[in-house]
Amino acid sequence: MTLFITQRMLQSIAVLLAVSVAVFLAVYAVGNPVDLLISPEATQLEREQMIARLGLDRPIWAQYLTFLGNALNGDLGTSFVHGQPALSLILSRMPATFELVVCALALASIVGIPIGLWVGLNDGSIASRMVMTGSILGYSIPSFWKGMVLILLLAVWLNWLPASGRGETVEVLGVPFSFLTLDGLRHMAMPVVNLAIPNIALLIRLTAAGASEAVHQDYVKFARAKGVRRQTIVRRHILRNILIPIVTVLGVEFGSLIAFSTITETVFAWPGMGKLLITSIYQLDRPVVVAYVMVVTFIFVTVNLLVDFAYAVLDPRVKLVERMS
Amino acid sequence: MIHRQLSACAAISLAMAVFPAAAEDLTIGLASEPTAVDPHYHDVSPNNALAMHIFSALGELDADQNVHPSLALSWDTEDDNTWVFKLRDDVTFSDGSKFDADDVIFTFCRVMNNEGSVAATASSEVTNFASVEAPDPYTIRIKTKNVEPLLPELLSQILVLSDGIVEHGDLSFDLENDCGVTGAWPTVDDFNNGDAAIGTGPFVLEKFSKGAGITISRNENYWGKAPEWDKVSFVPVPSAGPRLAGLLSGDYDLIENPAARDIGQIEKRDDLEYTAAASNRVIFLQMDIGREDSPFVEADDGSNPFQDERVRRAVSLAIDRQAIVDRIMDGFAQPAYQFVPDGMFGGIENPEPLNYDPERAKELLVEAGYPDGFKITFHATNDRYINDSQVAQAIAQFLTRVGIQTELDAMTRSIFFTRRSNKEFSFSMGGWGSSEGGAASFLRQYVTTENDDLGVGASNYGAWSDPEFDEVLLKAITTIDENERKALLQKAEQMAVDKLGFIPIHFESSIWAHRKGLNYEGRKDQYTLAYKITSDAGE
Repeated sequence: MTLFITQRMLQSIAVLLAVSVAVFLAVYAVGNPVDLLISPEATQLEREQMIARLGLDRPIWAQYLTFLGNALNGDLGTSFVHGQPALSLILSRMPATFELVVCALALASIVGIPIGLWVGLNDGSIASRMVMTGSILGYSIPSFWKGMVLILLLAVWLNWLPASGRGETVEVLGVPFSFLTLDGLRHMAMPVVNLAIPNIALLIRLTAAGASEAVHQDYVKFARAKGVRRQTIVRRHILRNILIPIVTVLGVEFGSLIAFSTITETVFAWPGMGKLLITSIYQLDRPVVVAYVMVVTFIFVTVNLLVDFAYAVLDPRVKLVERMS
Repeated sequence: MIHRQLSACAAISLAMAVFPAAAEDLTIGLASEPTAVDPHYHDVSPNNALAMHIFSALGELDADQNVHPSLALSWDTEDDNTWVFKLRDDVTFSDGSKFDADDVIFTFCRVMNNEGSVAATASSEVTNFASVEAPDPYTIRIKTKNVEPLLPELLSQILVLSDGIVEHGDLSFDLENDCGVTGAWPTVDDFNNGDAAIGTGPFVLEKFSKGAGITISRNENYWGKAPEWDKVSFVPVPSAGPRLAGLLSGDYDLIENPAARDIGQIEKRDDLEYTAAASNRVIFLQMDIGREDSPFVEADDGSNPFQDERVRRAVSLAIDRQAIVDRIMDGFAQPAYQFVPDGMFGGIENPEPLNYDPERAKELLVEAGYPDGFKITFHATNDRYINDSQVAQAIAQFLTRVGIQTELDAMTRSIFFTRRSNKEFSFSMGGWGSSEGGAASFLRQYVTTENDDLGVGASNYGAWSDPEFDEVLLKAITTIDENERKALLQKAEQMAVDKLGFIPIHFESSIWAHRKGLNYEGRKDQYTLAYKITSDAGE
């Protein structure tokens, strides 16, 4: 176990390093942020001062080494635009995204897994085929359009929910959260649903496919022959066996929603990390973009690690040590 | 019983007299988010507009960009390099402290001691100060190194801080010795968290939370006309669709920059209205005229056709400005026949329209020795100006129609501006909002021959150069006398238009959409100022 963790940690660090080089080179190749930040009225001298102050006059490898050195001390650079450490800027936006994503995935699991299970067990019925067809729709409609339709329907026409923003927040340990107030929940409802819909569809399809396959497995037939109750078969034999791919997908989805809930955050003007990323890219705020990708990579790596542990818990046959070889 | 009712009535009517019916809150959907409350942090419109709610300056620019007294009651020149500003003596800051000349001197010093700022806002103005003195607490005498006729306009951009936000001894404009400031200079964070956000503006900062929104409330100590609103919330919603949805659903009372194509929807509703005003932003074409061999021009004889004035005239004649305004801008723009909108200082009065005459354009190309035309690549942004990529596409088609085979390369602004300042383009479309100084702003920045010592021509990427023009313009920008300066600027503007160093296309309109019953006079600088918003109920 210790060996496994050590090895996985080393792998993770290697991934982070590789990503940092790639992102750094890519972002620094795009354009010169000084041209966006500084007024065209500035004199050449002012421009040069600015370039020097931001450290942009140095060769790219020197800039990278400085970045790396600072990163090891937990400093991912200072935003050109906001004048604040990039990391604290991102972390200050993280709770907003986090609560959205957690709620969306919880909603997706609560709705998606039971429906998927039902569809899988009633394979071939008209209702289950309809659900499967519907799920394709849920998965393939673009997030932006779906969001706008939700706003049009629930905010503009029916006037039930606010169209955008985060609403009233309550601070818990200095971190503002929306889900603790009614106003906050009302603001959360639409973005959460928007994020959850494709995941509901995904989970329905995944669970249904797994369940319909598992039904015909020998261990299910055997259990049935033994006279185990249907409910127990579903819970202990089928669900448990098909949960591994579901957990994997949930893990990956969690990471990508944290990282790329950008579209939903843009549509609903939700002040999360995604919105920060978009504005930072527009403004060529390099430190924020680089720090963002680093933070996101870190989240992905961590989530994958946790998913691996979850395998072991769910399926005793998975031996962590064996997986190494 | 009757007595009680009467007194209740009296109390209500008294309350209504003191707090007019308008005592309510306003929520505004912003198109772009201010990055700081610090008025000297970064000189960009969203930041400036927010700061103007909390701070005021010696002068104030009105909707047409003309300067009026604000913290200064009046100003005058003693000679070309000496200005005297008389300050108001009845102004207090939001924390109750008195405003006087020391605050102004401290502000100038802070501008020069502003470590964390993105681009030292206004520092070039203050660098030009030889000395600043306060003969009495309500007088400021500024001596400038170079003649600066626009000093009142420029000072209207420098928002005044309270000297109470730092520890200091006797304040004087002595940059060598930190002006007498002994404590640490305030940082951008000090303003954002509210500690240093003490101003003389109509509002005080309640909360500045990046991304989530900004709340300000009425400054009870404000010296001017009190705004109608107790509390104003700004919510940044950068995408036009969600911003409009927020207005339609009643989340916002007013939004900035709804997309012109959505105005139809607003017109259909009887609870909403919009306000449109010509902005000071001109969209123009810039050509590489300086180089014999320009990277994106391909003529049969290897020459650079843009060096020929007839070719540039042909380009101008080939473009139907009215069609662009009508069909691409949905009518929310004006064709541009010069570089500042009508009515702005130094602009030509009733400029001659730049006609659409493709036949004449073809003739001119033949005369210039390009009977078969030539090939160019046209560069433009696709996310900076209103409908920029469609406008650029239309221009490319107009030019191709007269024989100039034009290929469009539209790109994101971050790449465009970098490449443009590296002088990589042969032919590009830009935009410029002339703020303080009227016509001088564009002319000195783009049209004049580049000269760093004089601080002119920094954006003359196409290196158009005309000594006659330079002479008139340089004279204009150092002339204190207003009438004389105006005449010189008009002459320079006419020369720039005639010689076609640049080709103006149109002026963008700024649009605000709001619920019915609100009034906002559109501003040329596109700022959204809550204290200028009034309601029918409040009048």
